[in-house]
Amino acid sequence: MQHKRTTFRHRGLPYLLLAPQLAVTGVFFLWPAGQAVWQSFLREDAFGLKTSFVGLANYTKLLHDPQYLGSLHVTVIFSLATAALSIVSALVLALAADRVLRGPRVYTALLVWPYAVAPAIAGVLWWFLFNPTIGILSYALRALGHDWNHLLDKTDAMVLVILAAAWKQVSYNFLFFLAGLQAIPASLREAAAIDGAGPVKRFFTIVAPLLSPTTFFLLVVNVVYTMFDTFAVIDATTEGGPAQATNILVYKVYRDGFIGLDLGGSAAQSVVLMGIVIVLTVVQFRFIERKVTY
Amino acid sequence: MVENRRFLDILAHAVLLLGVLAVAFPVYVAFVASTHPSSDFVSGVVPLLPGSEGLATYREVLAGGGSTQMSVPIALALKNSLIMALAIALGKIAISILSAYAIVWFRFPLRQLAFWAIFITLMLPVEVRIVPTFKVVADLGLLNSYAGLSVPLIASATATFLFRQVFLTIPDELMEAARIDGAGPIRFFRDVLVPLSQTNIAALFVILFIYGWNQYLWPILITTDDSFTTVVAGIKRMADVTDGEPRWNDIMATAMLAMAPPALVVIVMQRLFVKGLVETEK
Repeated sequence: MQHKRTTFRHRGLPYLLLAPQLAVTGVFFLWPAGQAVWQSFLREDAFGLKTSFVGLANYTKLLHDPQYLGSLHVTVIFSLATAALSIVSALVLALAADRVLRGPRVYTALLVWPYAVAPAIAGVLWWFLFNPTIGILSYALRALGHDWNHLLDKTDAMVLVILAAAWKQVSYNFLFFLAGLQAIPASLREAAAIDGAGPVKRFFTIVAPLLSPTTFFLLVVNVVYTMFDTFAVIDATTEGGPAQATNILVYKVYRDGFIGLDLGGSAAQSVVLMGIVIVLTVVQFRFIERKVTY
Repeated sequence: MVENRRFLDILAHAVLLLGVLAVAFPVYVAFVASTHPSSDFVSGVVPLLPGSEGLATYREVLAGGGSTQMSVPIALALKNSLIMALAIALGKIAISILSAYAIVWFRFPLRQLAFWAIFITLMLPVEVRIVPTFKVVADLGLLNSYAGLSVPLIASATATFLFRQVFLTIPDELMEAARIDGAGPIRFFRDVLVPLSQTNIAALFVILFIYGWNQYLWPILITTDDSFTTVVAGIKRMADVTDGEPRWNDIMATAMLAMAPPALVVIVMQRLFVKGLVETEK
């Protein structure tokens, strides 16, 4: 690990400097995480009077629980669809913004502010737009012949949460794509143009490969976002329904733990989720260290 | 731009305009809804042009009393949000800059261990350890308090890494010179490092303020008392109506009020915001 060539010599000071961060980390991160791991091996009886050690039983139960597997399935669809939708639309917008000479700043300002909107508020806004009785978009869809009702229809509910989650994430992806595009040297594209490559060919042979690190980075970040930060989107719109159609993994941990009071099962789910975050973080860091792989 | 193609230029502007409109549409509808009396929503579809009741709605929402679900005025919830966001942003900056300083400029036993302990917080978002973290906070008696709202969210590996990155780029000569001039570690930190990190601190502040303001799950869990609720967490309570229609105008006015402060921060400090966003992800 890197540090300075010359360092201060002091016995107590570094510990004192680290103390606040380590205290918060220990009390509110490591200890609860340890508790979750420990609890995942325990099972409480129905009255909460007796707790017994059950080994991996909570995990095997989880893997055989159709509801949990359903939730996993829903999470994968939701994550990939949200990531794909927000990445593709952000890329299109970034390509356009990179091309215009007049007003790229203004466009950027008008496109980035949704980053500041809380996921819960984004959920409420889209929930209102698609409200089956008074929503403007459900009204428009009805005029087109689709009877929208996300309270009853599973696909409608999924589309609603994907739109709300992607809407908020476009601004973030846009900024990173725009930065990536502006880092591509103009001489490369000019040389290709002189050799007769049109805009479409240039995009696929020069721009797309040079943007691949950014795209991969965004893919990981977006998957992390949809798996964890969209809790509020789900809670503000569908609450996991109808019939578990939008009950993603994070939401299920919360429901089973706080509303179902199944502490062992919820803890096992937490541990599985931690495993997923660890894998994603490692992938992200590995990648950033290697940086470019054309 | 490489070559002159009128068609592509027009297309680019069209795409951008479409994007701007698509992004703004939900907020526009919310704004329009907040300016109509609640009776306008009974008849069917949401109106598309602003009404005239806007000021009255916002006044009523801010002062409270309109909704049966939220017993406190939104002005109070906004104040709670502000306190929580500021506490989280400033707290994270303060403890991260100190720990980054210790990690970069000191060599001491267990340094590696401390680094990993901080690093691991990246992998433990609050959503995956909700139940046990809630229990810790409850046992410490921090439910329904500003400390409970902010302190458990204060540890941040990203901020520590950002400061570590900044510190590593500061030339060694600066520290040697300071030492020759007789400056100790505390003086060097206060008079050299903090001034040098000013723009990074500001950029980080923008990002962390938005992060703190937008928290949702945490405030719902640990505030059972409405007087500590934040505006983002409170909006759900207003919308959860069991009998009859929700008061759409009040809900949308609250949504507008909840969005305005962080959106303004982003727009006014666009430079710092972009810098903060790009650098914390490096």
